[in-house]
Amino acid sequence: MKAMNRQRRARLAATVLLLVGAAATVALTLAALNENVNAFHPPASIVGGEAPVNTSIRAGGMVAEGSVRRDATGLAVSFVVTDHQGADYPVRYHGILPDLFREGQGVLVTGELTAAGVFEAREVLARHDENYMPPELADMAAHQGAAPR
Amino acid sequence: MGPLRTYFHKLGSPRWFFDLARPWGIGFAVVGVSLLVVGWVWGLGFAPEDYQQGNSFRIIYVHVPSAHLAQALYVAMGVAGVTALVWRVKLADMFIAVVAPVGLAMAGMALATGAIWGRPTWGAWWVWDARTTSMLVLFFLFVGLVALRQAIPSERQAGRAAAVLAIVGTVNVPIIKYSVEWWLTLHQPASFSLSSAPAMPPSMWVPLVVNVIGLYSFAGALIVAGLRNEILHRERDAQWVRERLAAGAVRP
Repeated sequence: MKAMNRQRRARLAATVLLLVGAAATVALTLAALNENVNAFHPPASIVGGEAPVNTSIRAGGMVAEGSVRRDATGLAVSFVVTDHQGADYPVRYHGILPDLFREGQGVLVTGELTAAGVFEAREVLARHDENYMPPELADMAAHQGAAPR
Repeated sequence: MGPLRTYFHKLGSPRWFFDLARPWGIGFAVVGVSLLVVGWVWGLGFAPEDYQQGNSFRIIYVHVPSAHLAQALYVAMGVAGVTALVWRVKLADMFIAVVAPVGLAMAGMALATGAIWGRPTWGAWWVWDARTTSMLVLFFLFVGLVALRQAIPSERQAGRAAAVLAIVGTVNVPIIKYSVEWWLTLHQPASFSLSSAPAMPPSMWVPLVVNVIGLYSFAGALIVAGLRNEILHRERDAQWVRERLAAGAVRP
């Protein structure tokens, strides 16, 4: 770029300052909000006692394999949510589960954590990952022992 | 000046842009409409369903292109905002005016398809997580840009204000992109990245790429048409526009 005139240089500096200022403001705000921006408490925070008790919160994690117990007559269901790293907590729920709810899948539960460490969920949402696969491919992968995730 | 350089210089001037951009607009329209038709039929009718989500996965062919385009358009407006403020390029100001409603439509489409997709998969139309919220902010930024222009009667002042909002708002775009990595969100991380293979087989991502390119081209056609319209409107008192109108030589 050839010699930029003084006026343009001043305007460019002001524009850059504007952008830097805006970015800094947003960055500082988000840094201050920190964990409050998270949509849910991870299992470690539920088990570790960081999550508040008897307050409406959201918690997440994966549904532990083999942990889902459905009530034979009603809609009651219980399961264990885990992070596969040693933190897991039981969840009780009464209602209809989303279609994608299954063992080994991510979930997001809304409700209250009791003092006994049981999560009483009012709402259960399924979380899915970024991988997509045709059913045939998923079957093949399952047969080869590499479970599709 | 080389011929290419002259060409780009002329593209920056409204009067020359009006004629030079016309073939681009037609090209974008043809490519965009054909790719979208192919992409939709392919994605909705022939691409395989997902092993977990079944057919509801197919909304990805509308959701991802519109979400991607909305963010790209905002960044483009930010660049145009700098150009308009620093170099006082009239065309850059017109670009912001024309792109804002297109981006608004795209952000709205991304939010709507996201909600429709969220209902059967997550179990909720809407969840306040970092991704959905930052996308909603993008939508409101577009609304703000459109409203700002309506609210300020002076074209010059409206242009400055819009340019500032376009620049400041770009801060939100990296937040949208990285929200799924920086924070815990219900929305899953991106299936595509520059550094690794797509998280789906080619039978699924090829039609998606067709749709993305198609929607970009279609938006390109809308923007070129909008810019030509805006040029005519703003330069309506200029000699060249009057002469052409008098001669009936303004081609759409």
